[in-house]
Amino acid sequence: MTDGQSAASPAPSQDAEQVGPAWVKSERQLRREAELRGRARRSISIATASTIVVVVALVVGVASSPGWPRVQELFFSPQAFVDALPDVLRGFLLNIKIFLIAEVFILVVGLLVAVVRGLRSPVFFPLRALAVLYTDVFRGIPTILLIYLVGFGIPALQLQGTPSDPVTLGIIALVLSYGAYVAEVFRAGIESVHPSQRAAARSLALSHGQTMRHVVLPQAVRRVIPPLLNDFVSLQKDSALVSVLGPLEALRQAQIHVASSFNYTPYLVAALLFIALTVPMARFTDHLAARAARRRTGGGTA
Amino acid sequence: MSLLKIEDVWKHYHGLSVLRGIDLEVAPHEVVCLIGASGSGKSTLLRCVNLLETIDDGAIHLDGAEITDVRADADDVRRRIGMVFQAYNLFPHMTVLDNITLAPRKVHGVRTEEAEARARELLDRFGLADKAGEYPDRLSGGQQQRVAVIRAVATDPRLLLLDEVTSALDPTLVTEVLGVIRELKETGMTMILATHEMGFARDIADTVCFLEGGVLLESGPPEQIFSAPEHPRTRAFLQRVLEARRM
Repeated sequence: MTDGQSAASPAPSQDAEQVGPAWVKSERQLRREAELRGRARRSISIATASTIVVVVALVVGVASSPGWPRVQELFFSPQAFVDALPDVLRGFLLNIKIFLIAEVFILVVGLLVAVVRGLRSPVFFPLRALAVLYTDVFRGIPTILLIYLVGFGIPALQLQGTPSDPVTLGIIALVLSYGAYVAEVFRAGIESVHPSQRAAARSLALSHGQTMRHVVLPQAVRRVIPPLLNDFVSLQKDSALVSVLGPLEALRQAQIHVASSFNYTPYLVAALLFIALTVPMARFTDHLAARAARRRTGGGTA
Repeated sequence: MSLLKIEDVWKHYHGLSVLRGIDLEVAPHEVVCLIGASGSGKSTLLRCVNLLETIDDGAIHLDGAEITDVRADADDVRRRIGMVFQAYNLFPHMTVLDNITLAPRKVHGVRTEEAEARARELLDRFGLADKAGEYPDRLSGGQQQRVAVIRAVATDPRLLLLDEVTSALDPTLVTEVLGVIRELKETGMTMILATHEMGFARDIADTVCFLEGGVLLESGPPEQIFSAPEHPRTRAFLQRVLEARRM
């Protein structure tokens, strides 16, 4: 960043009819900007220096600990890293598959439950009660417990047509768990749309359903995209919980390598892969949230 | 026959009486202005007519049929009544054109091309032809309110309700919105306006109604209400308005 001040100063009006004198930067303004540039340079130097100090202190601190050589060998072995990478990466593709499939169903379930909770007609009372029960129950159960219950419970029923494939069961459990969260996110979004918007829609004789579909939901969904993406970052990690049912996803593959080599580096491999996926997603979320904030304050244009 | 007939309407909020036995008749093509201090019940009365509020007693008839009948279809009633709000209430995620054509397309079953042609015609008439593709937040308050008026009349309502439509506007923008309303009067639109613009009420109204504390204290032609009000409360109110203007 070279010159924040001049970027923020108002551009001379482009209106056809300009009243008053044209703007020539005054001595005073030029001095002000020079001072601000100096300050910006100083704060960058300070930030760089303090970062170097902290990083060096951390590295020296960790590396000088008595167990460090042993840790380095067990967790940071280049050979074990290279050996485990292909299998863990292959497993990680299954994580991505689980995550992508689950995400689609979660969005559908979440939106449906949120909309059902907003229905007012007495005909829908049972549906509404069911939706409330669903969110209460599935938000309360720890995801890993739900994966056990679904993964071992459904096959135990021995019903015809029920899935027995662990990946499918894992996806069902994730959808049930995250669907309840996402439903609440959608519901918050729906409630955040100002009542005057509904009044305007109803005054135009739009029905409740039309008001939801054309006026409320489009605004609600836009508002909840950042929190939704945040939930999906969390879902990406939790796809590893499906490992308890046995499919060969990243964590499971890493466990197998650890068990055969007595070296923990494969866990590091899996961790790095998850980070590689979640960090871009988190940055994208930040970007969207910042853009939404800019829009709200009326600064930026599309 | 009157287009709208309000009979002894009562409305309470949390034990507070907001409307206390309002009677009012509006003839076709008539323009009625509701005046009175904030909280006198003007907005509530309009919201009751549009069934955005349920009344606690009395009856409202539109075209001879009771619309406050609990068996009446509220959407069918609203199809015949347009409403403009103080805060415009445009849909921020839709362009001006989509704001205007939403109800014609989705409620009245007008084909898209037809609805858009009609919307462009109205925008043109009210000096907004170049704003069809804009989003509401790119327009000035006066432009937004004009779009809101067009949105409300695009479905050719029998009755238009305007709830303090200039109260949120910069004084320099008030005239452009009032101009639109004046033009609507010329087309014969039946309107009820809640307003604080006394000069405008005097100018445009066929009947002026003074409300205070949820009671319709006095109504009559504007010359009478503004020049020779009968009720002392009306006189006091107009006096206060006049004093405020002088400040």
